[in-house]
Amino acid sequence: MRIEGKGLVDRSAPVRFSFDGQTIGGFTGDTVASALLANGRRLMGRSFKYHRPRGVMTAGSDEPSALITTGTGANQRPNERATVQEIFDGLDVRSQNAWPSLKWDVMEVNDLLSPFLAAGFYYKTFMWPRAFWETVYEPFIRRAAGLGRLSGENVEDRSERAFAHCDLLVIGGGPAGLMAALTAARAGADVILAEESALFGGRLLSETTEIDGHPGQAWAEAVRVELSQMPNVRLMSRTTITGAYDQGTYGALERVGLHTPECDAPPECFWRIAAKRAILACGAIERSIAFPMNDRPGVMLASAVRTYLNRFGVSPGKSVAIYGNNDDAHRTAADLSAAGVSVAAVIDSRSDASTTGNWPFFAGADVIDTRGRLGLNQITIRDQSVERKIAADCLAVSGGWNPALHLTCHMNARPEWKVNLAAFVPRPGAVPGLTAIGAANGTFSTGACMEAGARAAADGLAELGMTEPEMTIPQADDTPYAISPKWAVDAKGRAWLDLQNDVTTKDIKLAAQENYRSVEHMKRYTTQGMATDQGKGSNVTALAILADATGRAIPETGTTTFRPPYVPVTLSALGAGAKGAGFAPQRFTTSHKASTSRGAPMIEAGLWYRPSYHPATGETTWRESCDREVGYVRGAVGVCDVSTLGKIDIQGPDAGAFLDFVYTNTFSTLKPGRVRYGLMLREDGHVMDDGTTARFSDTHFVMTTTTAAAGQVMKHLDFVHQCLRPEQDVRFTSVTEQWAQFAVAGPRARDLLDAFLDTPVDDVDWPFMSCGPVTVSGIDARLFRISFSGERGYELAVPARYGDSLYRFLVAQAEALGGGAYGMEALNVLRIEKGFITHSEIHGRVTAFDVGMDGMMSKKKDFVGKSAAAHPGLLGPEREQLVGIRPVAPEERLLAGAHIFAENAPKKRDNSEGYMTSVAWSPTFGSYLGLGFIANGRARHGEQMRMVDHLRKVETVIEIADPMSFDPEGGRMRG
Amino acid sequence: MVKLVAKSPAAGLVPVEAGGCRLTEIAPEAITWVSPFAGQSDTLSKALSDAVGVAMPGPNETQVSERARAIWVARDQALVMGPAFSFEGAAIADQSDAWTVLSLEGEGAIEVLARLTPVDLRAAVFPVNQTARTLIGHMTTSLTRTGESSWEIMVFRSMALTAVHELTRAMRGVEARAALA
Repeated sequence: MRIEGKGLVDRSAPVRFSFDGQTIGGFTGDTVASALLANGRRLMGRSFKYHRPRGVMTAGSDEPSALITTGTGANQRPNERATVQEIFDGLDVRSQNAWPSLKWDVMEVNDLLSPFLAAGFYYKTFMWPRAFWETVYEPFIRRAAGLGRLSGENVEDRSERAFAHCDLLVIGGGPAGLMAALTAARAGADVILAEESALFGGRLLSETTEIDGHPGQAWAEAVRVELSQMPNVRLMSRTTITGAYDQGTYGALERVGLHTPECDAPPECFWRIAAKRAILACGAIERSIAFPMNDRPGVMLASAVRTYLNRFGVSPGKSVAIYGNNDDAHRTAADLSAAGVSVAAVIDSRSDASTTGNWPFFAGADVIDTRGRLGLNQITIRDQSVERKIAADCLAVSGGWNPALHLTCHMNARPEWKVNLAAFVPRPGAVPGLTAIGAANGTFSTGACMEAGARAAADGLAELGMTEPEMTIPQADDTPYAISPKWAVDAKGRAWLDLQNDVTTKDIKLAAQENYRSVEHMKRYTTQGMATDQGKGSNVTALAILADATGRAIPETGTTTFRPPYVPVTLSALGAGAKGAGFAPQRFTTSHKASTSRGAPMIEAGLWYRPSYHPATGETTWRESCDREVGYVRGAVGVCDVSTLGKIDIQGPDAGAFLDFVYTNTFSTLKPGRVRYGLMLREDGHVMDDGTTARFSDTHFVMTTTTAAAGQVMKHLDFVHQCLRPEQDVRFTSVTEQWAQFAVAGPRARDLLDAFLDTPVDDVDWPFMSCGPVTVSGIDARLFRISFSGERGYELAVPARYGDSLYRFLVAQAEALGGGAYGMEALNVLRIEKGFITHSEIHGRVTAFDVGMDGMMSKKKDFVGKSAAAHPGLLGPEREQLVGIRPVAPEERLLAGAHIFAENAPKKRDNSEGYMTSVAWSPTFGSYLGLGFIANGRARHGEQMRMVDHLRKVETVIEIADPMSFDPEGGRMRG
Repeated sequence: MVKLVAKSPAAGLVPVEAGGCRLTEIAPEAITWVSPFAGQSDTLSKALSDAVGVAMPGPNETQVSERARAIWVARDQALVMGPAFSFEGAAIADQSDAWTVLSLEGEGAIEVLARLTPVDLRAAVFPVNQTARTLIGHMTTSLTRTGESSWEIMVFRSMALTAVHELTRAMRGVEARAALA
């Protein structure tokens, strides 16, 4: 119920939203949880396993119970916390894990079966038959025990990722964090203050604490206003720091547009914040006490009750009982009573406790049972062995506070146990550059928190070489925190720890009994702390009970490992912008539009897009188009964009010597105006890449790499120059993008070129493997006479700005000569006919010897990979060697990836003698043709074997041959 | 004889205006890659000064004159934007067509870039005329601060579409946020 005159919600701004189809009213500033409680709705969800009715437990991101689904379709967000989701007009909220409705859930039957469903039940029960696990048991369990569901639709990629940098990151906008941020900001430091909630103030918004005699909320607001006006401060509300990483980097999840009606704003932003120093001031998380039936809607943390009352102006009940083991619990009674809410009883487990208020008080008493199917209506207490029943619709519980130290453990530090606080506190220096202060460090009084904030900021400023400003620490409450540990109540009945995963004290004891004594084993066995809240409220209590069950102390038992993220992070935020076109850069050649306008399907080659083939009218399969395009090159002239091949410009007095060292063969002897094919090895003696290198002058070479290996080769050259040959005077840079380069291949290639070049080419000046400058309508270009097809071939390069224009002219002219554009499919057929290798063959596991190029490994000089290539086992008949492969019956299929066996050998893995790397239908030969590797292959030309593709169930009788099928003498190419 | 038509890398993709800034394409007269041979650093720097008025830039620097700018891109390497330049004692390569050169200008530019690059863009750390080889989304880039709120972003020519896509997405995000406040 709403309490008049209390709270920070905007009473002048009413909001209506829907919960399970029913319209609910609230005010701007409310969360779903506060609005539901204001309307008297305590039932908000069902538990994971037993489908027990559950209400709200907390008022923050540590909420284990009140999980909801918002939005629909692609924007459906399951497992949102009702305590975090702010309401707005039109917000659509649905409860989860209940069918047909929240009030009548048929799966509630699980609760009656709970004796059979204890921790580890599925490990024991669903053992056999084995095949049933995947087909029957798992789907059933997932259906019965699930959380919210995804819509199954692709989420719209609307979130953002961003980077931020600062001198000081303050995590948490409570009294300690505000004080720290203010101190650092006044000193001129760049400050980021991240606060999980919509408002700054932390517990000041939830308590009636006074600062300098005024309400704490007013002080928080004054500090926020001052900070918001400083240019060196970035205030980030609704932002949770999710992880601490190396070198002062922090992950953060910001809820950007989730509190507003549908708009263009990104729902979330995932930040990476690099901070020179960080202050962790994110407070503490209250814990419950494990007493029987402590999970009913209406039972909640005392701190949450005060938050609902003081921040939202809502009393979660009409008659509230309070149960605790520390002085803090008593504030709850005082605040409620002052607001006119009836306090049914204050039960303090400490026998020496006293009270100041005028309400029924029981010291040394415990709650031992609760009643109310869908919401609390009565509690039973044991007061000095006398049982009393007390009517109450809300029970506020406080078992003490756990500092929210999770981030300090993200780099593998373990927290320290502090006996007087009955809590773990952060280990100093756990994360380099990060200091935990305030409640997060076990300092619980407001006054001490503010002092710690100012001091930590001053220390940080000193480390950064900045001067601390004069600061006055405001006067605030400094009462010490007094607690006596109370983990569980010794009474009959199920006492819950992890509310979401339905883990009870009995499950922990069972784990210990079954020898899952390590806290990490207990966690996996019981699923304690594995829910969406990651056991924020329940882990410490669970391990205290495990300690007790195993007869160990709490520090000895230890904690489970806290890992990022601190709160659930949607994948759509983590990967924002990386779908579709944002997945990877798309590299387009200058001829891209010309190709797509011809209907060419594009294939990806690394990041590049290249045309597969260019369909012509009447063609129904790619093979028809491909055969036609092969025919262009063999019969007339074809044009293909080869700009994607890496081009590295290499200059300097030692350029030739440098190339001699990176290539197996010699380049220093190459004459200017000539091109040579080169082979490059890795240091382990295997082939890295191949390509042609052209020499334009004594000191100027242009190296060509394969498309896929361009980056790798560039990196390799940098490595060789910087580390192996630093004394060589050579410089190089990639010029891949500067030139648009087109292959012009076929018997009529020269005719085509002569239509464009300002000076016609002849075979005397332009023999095979020559290169040099030319001009195309006055524009400086480069011409290379090289061939990857076995035909007379040229490659013409122009500055990329002219690429689109030249390509269109070349293709039009080729068509006039009876040829046209050819794509990757035809290019592949042509080179297989010719026996030329690509990275299908030089796939990283082959040597120069394997591909039959051991003759290219110079004996006169050293080169990268030389000694490794000579190792025993890398040369010899036992190696699988490159061969050509033909089916004995021309029409019988060859398949890349298939294995090769002796004709009569069983087709088993151990008998494989080799494999196919490339295959093509050759229109030139009217047969399938392939390349592959076969043990001792070069000595086996003419041998008949069998190709077997076990996956596609194809067997073909093949003949081993020379890799080069087409024009072995090379007359056509050399012309 | 045919007449070849020149096309700029980002033709048809820009201008884009959103999020308090404007994305346009820059067409430098020429982009020349220079890298001095052994022992030639000083003579190259002098030759550059004489020819176009800029010295060879140090790491993360740009040198600016009325005629040209020299942008550091790697150890002993710079891109000279301005008139074409040649010098015997250095490796020289024409890269005029290799780069998509974009300008992002306006109040929101720094917020837009913060969505795409991990580099610290605060004025004290990244002042005017500073440059960095870094990332824009998944692309390697040369990023230069040309003014208080103006930036130059260079990516490979082939990546123009992706660069404009990423920048536009970030610009729209910044705009939508501004509309929230």
